[in-house]
Amino acid sequence: MDIDLEPVAVFEAPIYLRYHATSARAITPFLHALRRGILLGHRSPATGKVLFPPLGSCPESGQPTSEEVVLADTGTIISFTTVHLAIPGSKLKPPFTVANIMLDGADQFFSHLVSGCALEDVAIGMRVRAKWRPASEWGYSLENIEYFVPTGEPTVDIPTLKAERLRLAQERRHA
Amino acid sequence: MSDEILSAEFELGFTYTRSPGPVIGKFLAALQQRRLYGIRGSDGRVLFPPTEYDPLTGADLRDYAPVAEEGAVVAWTWVRTPRRHHLLRQPFAWALVKLDGADTPFLHMVVSDSEADIHAGLRVSVRWADERRGAITDIAWFEPVRKEA
Amino acid sequence: MRDVAIMGYAQSPQVREARGLNEVEMLMPVLQAALADAHMTLADIDFVCSGSCDYIAGGAFSFVGALDAVGATPCMQESHVEMDAAWALYESWLKIQSGHIRTALIYGFAKASNGSLPDILSQQLDPYYLAPLWPDSISLAALQANLLLQTGRYAQRDFAEVVVDSRRHALANPNAQLKGEVTVEALLAEPMLAPPLRKHDCCPISDGASAMVIAAGEVAQSLADRPVYIRGIDHRMEVHQLGQRDLTTSVSTRQAADRAGVGEDKIELAELYAPFSPQTLILQESLGLRPDVVVNPSGGPLAGHIFMCAGLDRFGEAARRIRAGTADRAVAHATSGPCLQHNMVAVLEGK
Repeated sequence: MDIDLEPVAVFEAPIYLRYHATSARAITPFLHALRRGILLGHRSPATGKVLFPPLGSCPESGQPTSEEVVLADTGTIISFTTVHLAIPGSKLKPPFTVANIMLDGADQFFSHLVSGCALEDVAIGMRVRAKWRPASEWGYSLENIEYFVPTGEPTVDIPTLKAERLRLAQERRHA
Repeated sequence: MSDEILSAEFELGFTYTRSPGPVIGKFLAALQQRRLYGIRGSDGRVLFPPTEYDPLTGADLRDYAPVAEEGAVVAWTWVRTPRRHHLLRQPFAWALVKLDGADTPFLHMVVSDSEADIHAGLRVSVRWADERRGAITDIAWFEPVRKEA
Repeated sequence: MRDVAIMGYAQSPQVREARGLNEVEMLMPVLQAALADAHMTLADIDFVCSGSCDYIAGGAFSFVGALDAVGATPCMQESHVEMDAAWALYESWLKIQSGHIRTALIYGFAKASNGSLPDILSQQLDPYYLAPLWPDSISLAALQANLLLQTGRYAQRDFAEVVVDSRRHALANPNAQLKGEVTVEALLAEPMLAPPLRKHDCCPISDGASAMVIAAGEVAQSLADRPVYIRGIDHRMEVHQLGQRDLTTSVSTRQAADRAGVGEDKIELAELYAPFSPQTLILQESLGLRPDVVVNPSGGPLAGHIFMCAGLDRFGEAARRIRAGTADRAVAHATSGPCLQHNMVAVLEGK
């Protein structure tokens, strides 16, 4: 026999799972340093490259990393995008600009916000500096930096920057 | 002096929307009406709850068969302290229950005062949820059938 | 069929919580150790395959980050299964059979301490009839154990004897988490957790990682004194709905065992992935193991259970003993899904 009813077409079935994470060998000193306003990277023994944030391994070689390097809070925009849609669960109000930033002294970029200028003025190669929140508000997070602002320095040529970083890394490796 | 290990709690939400398809969808719609159906397999057995395909032959199954609101416990275990995600907040039994008219048991909860009440063969009946939405939880739980004194 | 041999194996210590270590940090030394055990480097590896579970890590695509432990430069052939690494082994074995590769590095990892494993496992079940009820894995195993007792073939003291053997064997395993001399009487005096299961009838939560290197026969012969060959391997899956299965026997294990050639010659030891003690009894029966076969000489999953590795670990532990000359022929078993729904059986041989 058939059932003389319309089938249920869809139903909501949300699941929420709770997790408890602990900070790992490389990330623990990194987070403690952030709380003191210091940006810490790791130098890879295999490639000579400086990784930020330091996750404890060199992604190219799989070797553990432990050599700490203190980095400046200035850097260069490698790429960026402006977000126009509100992201569910985010405090950020669109439009806002997210950039991949390579800190001076690092060989790897990380993501953060760019502000303090007209959004249409953000460019690849733009020099930026961190705008920190008041020190009394610092926690164990990159959110201690509210966003990055342009320094006003001339735009950097990215291929030149990359070539220079690679040269330095090679030198470190053979040192 | 090394830095102390930090810890953080976080919750991950998966806001799934499920599409049960026509076979399971009709079964769920019937649940909302407090009607129970199994489905006939290729060998004539009534499978409960309905699955779209025969477990042995893979054939499409479409022939529903009504089953009763009452049946027997086939297997059980007792939950003394409900886990965070369990739907009930008092002790309960998980059981495989075979409804009269079905040839296969299915998983649900049995609520009773004590673990001592639960045994294989215990007759149980459906306790319907007050608000039903066409889901397996429209069966809130099972209760032992109380014989009249 | 091409010969395939297990060349190297390593496992991290099985601990209740790898506090202060993330998955990559757990993995790096294990990968290095497995490669060293195989007398190989990453440059010798044609294919990398891992087994892990995003719901354990609490992040989508968490297995991609784990590649940082391998070092993905230059680019490599790589794959992943959202399953126990025993299935990453199977995928690698298939790829060798296809002729596309000769060597593979397999690894698994999980920090199950971060979440609630029995509840997470309830969400791997049928989303219409089972997952909405959140039936934890321990309760489901208890239902299976309840049915097993009803058959009259076993009693609760048989469950306890499995645990006694596990803890005693684990004394010789430096990586085991739970070890010691215990008696059946002492175990039966413990309170029930989910009747008829007591806490010790259930595998512990263990954080860790494991890795293995396999290679085609011709590579094995040139590198190893006593290669451990995978003589047969097969896996079979039963229907998902618990009520449609006979939970007191493992028909899929029997089928996989037949196809893997378990019955063809004498088996001396068996490493079985039975996360609950009654399941050891079901598997022994379904594999047709004689009473003199040593079961879980490593202690097995009841002595240490790295989720996503426990199946691969059965292969590794069996292979170790064959290489050491303790046995010539062994069974390795892995399972996935509720109440032994899906089972892999392999015959390992050293000659």
